[in-house]
Amino acid sequence: MEVLLPVVLKTLFIIGVAVGAFAPVITWIERKQSAVMQDRIGANRADIAGITVLGLLHPLADVIKLLTKEDVVPAGANRVMHMLAPVIAAVPAIASFAVIPYGGIYQFGDTTVNLVVADLDWGLLYVFAIASIATYGTVIAGWASNNNWSLLGSLRASAQMISYEVTMGLSVVGVFMVFQTLRLTDMGVAQDSTFRIFGFLEHFGLVESLGFLGHLTLPSWGILLQPLGFIMFLTCVMAENKRAPFDLPEGESEIIAGYFLEYSGMRFGLFYMSEFIEVVVIAALMTAIFLGGWSIPWLSQADIIGGITPVFGAGVATALCMVLHVVTFFVKVIVMIWLQMQIRWTLPRPRYDQVMDLCWKVMLPLSLANILVTGLVILLIQGAKS
Amino acid sequence: MSAPAVFFYLFGAAAVVSALAMVLNVRNTVAAAMSLVVTMISLAVVYVTLEAHLVAALQILVYAGAIVVVFLFVVMLLNLRRDTFAPSRQLLTKGAGVVLALGVAGAFLQLVPQALPTVQEIPPDFGSYAAVGRTLYRDFVLPFEVTSFLLLAAIVGAVVLAKRRLD
Amino acid sequence: MPVPLAHVIALSAILFAIGTVGALSRRNLVVILMSIELMLNAANVAFLGFARAWASLDGHVMVLMVIVVAAAEVAVGLGIVIALFRNRESVDVEEVSLLKW
Repeated sequence: MEVLLPVVLKTLFIIGVAVGAFAPVITWIERKQSAVMQDRIGANRADIAGITVLGLLHPLADVIKLLTKEDVVPAGANRVMHMLAPVIAAVPAIASFAVIPYGGIYQFGDTTVNLVVADLDWGLLYVFAIASIATYGTVIAGWASNNNWSLLGSLRASAQMISYEVTMGLSVVGVFMVFQTLRLTDMGVAQDSTFRIFGFLEHFGLVESLGFLGHLTLPSWGILLQPLGFIMFLTCVMAENKRAPFDLPEGESEIIAGYFLEYSGMRFGLFYMSEFIEVVVIAALMTAIFLGGWSIPWLSQADIIGGITPVFGAGVATALCMVLHVVTFFVKVIVMIWLQMQIRWTLPRPRYDQVMDLCWKVMLPLSLANILVTGLVILLIQGAKS
Repeated sequence: MSAPAVFFYLFGAAAVVSALAMVLNVRNTVAAAMSLVVTMISLAVVYVTLEAHLVAALQILVYAGAIVVVFLFVVMLLNLRRDTFAPSRQLLTKGAGVVLALGVAGAFLQLVPQALPTVQEIPPDFGSYAAVGRTLYRDFVLPFEVTSFLLLAAIVGAVVLAKRRLD
Repeated sequence: MPVPLAHVIALSAILFAIGTVGALSRRNLVVILMSIELMLNAANVAFLGFARAWASLDGHVMVLMVIVVAAAEVAVGLGIVIALFRNRESVDVEEVSLLKW
C-alpha cells in the first residue's frame, strides 16, 4: 500500500491537470486564438443564466452536445472494430504521461519525493513505443467504417505516421548523446544547470581576454544544445498528431473528414479529445526534453533551497521549491501549447507528396547530419578535456 | 508464484491464443493482422518478464508500431476485404504443414519436464539499453555493420519491386 | 524466482508450430508473411529465454539482428505482394505457379 499510494496520487494529479483541466481549456483556446489571429470575436455564446465568462462554457456545452447525440454505426461496418478504434486512439495519448516528469527529485528528511509516475530507465523509448501504438486507432477507424473516404484517410495516416516515426526517433538521438541518458528525470536534472557560452575557448587560453563575456552563461537546455533537434522533433511530433499543417488524414477539402468521417457522438468526441490530449503530451514532452523541464533558468534547485532554508527551514524550503518547479513546468507547457496553436493557424496544409518529401528528403538527411555533427563535437570536447 | 511468472504465463497464453486467431482466421485479413498485433504486444510483456527491457520496447516500437502497420497498409491498399479464393487443390501441403509443426512442437515440448540450469542472480542492469549497447558495439560490431548492408539491400529491393516504371 | 527455462522454450515451440502451420497451409500471401513474422518471434522468445538463463546479453543482440532481418523481409515481401497484385489481381499463392512444375 505504501508503495502504491504515491503512484496513485501522482497519476491522479497529472491526469487531472492534463486531461481534466488542460484539454478542455485548449478547445476554448484554439477557438479564441484562431479568432484573434483572424480578427474575429470567437466563441462567446454559451451561457448559464446570461453569464458567458468569455466563452469558457463552450467546452461544457460541447460535452453535453456530444454525449446526447446519437451514436451511429454505418451499415456494413465492422461493429467491434468501429467501437474499439476511438479507445485505441485515446489510451496511448493518456498513457504517455506516465513517464513525463513534472517536477524534480526532492529530499524531505528520509523520504525522497520524485514527481513522475514511472521513472523508467528507458523513458523516452516508452514514449516512442506508446506513440507507435496510437497509429492503430486511426488505421482501424478508417478501415472499420466501410467508407472509401475513411479508408483513404487511414491509408494517408498510416503512411504519414510510420514515416515521421523514423525521423522522430532519429531527431532526438542527438539529445541522448548530449545528456547520455534516456531517463526523462535525468534529462531534467542535467538541464537544471548552466554552461559558459565561450567556455570552449578555455582550452586555448582565450577566456580571460574576453572579459565579462567569458563569464556569460546560458541554461544547458536541450533547445540550446540541440537547436536543430528541437525544430525537427517538434515537426515530427506535430505530424504524428495529425493536426494542421499535417492534417492530411482528415483533409476536409479533399476527403471530407478522413478516418473519423463515420463517427458521431462521444466516439467522435474521443478522437477529438485524444488529439487535444496529444497537444498537451507534445508540449510536456518538448518541455521535458528541450525546455529544461521543471528547472528555472540560471537558478538551480540547490540555489533555491539554499537561498530559502535560512529563512523558513529546510522542509518548507524544499516544499516551496517543489511548488515553484511544478508551476514552472506548467508555464513552459502552456508556452509550448501556444506555439503549437500558432503554427496550426499560420501554416496551410501542403500536398501529400510534399509532406512525404519533407520527411524522407529533408528531415531524414538533416537528422542523420545532426547525429554526426553532435558526435564529432562530443568527441572534440572529450579530446580537449583529456 | 512471483509476479513476473504470473505475467509470463498470462501473456504467453494470450500470445498463443492470438497467434492461433491469426492463423485460423481465413475470412478477414485485417482481423488477422490485428491478432498479430496482440501477439506482438503480449510477447513484449513476456520479454519484460525475461528481463529484456530494451528488446521489449523495441518489440513494440518495430513490430507492433511499424511492421504490422505496414501489413495493414498493404491490406488496405489492395482492399482485401474478404479472402475470396477458389477451393484449394493442394491438401498435401496443408497436411504436411500440420505434421511438421506437430513434430517441431513435440521435439521441443519433450524438454518441459526437465529442469534446465538457470542462473538465479543477474546483474542489476541486465537487459538495459546501456548493457545491451555495450555488448552490441563492442563484441558484435561487425554483424551490426553488416546488417546495414542488409537494410540497404532491402530498401533498394522494395523500391525496385514497388515502383511501376523505372525511369 | 525466474520463469523456468523449459517453459520459455515450450512457449517458443508452440508459437513456432503455429507459425509453421500458417506459413504452409494458408494461401493468402500476406498471411503467409505474417506467419513467418510469428516464427521469427518464436525464435526471439527462445533467444531471450536462453539469455536470461545464462545471464548473457548475446541473446539480446541476436534478437536485435532478428528484428532487422524481419523488417527487411517485410519490406521486400510486401513489395513482392504489391507487384504480384498489380500483375495478377490476386494474392493467392496457388495462382502463382508459373515457375512450378
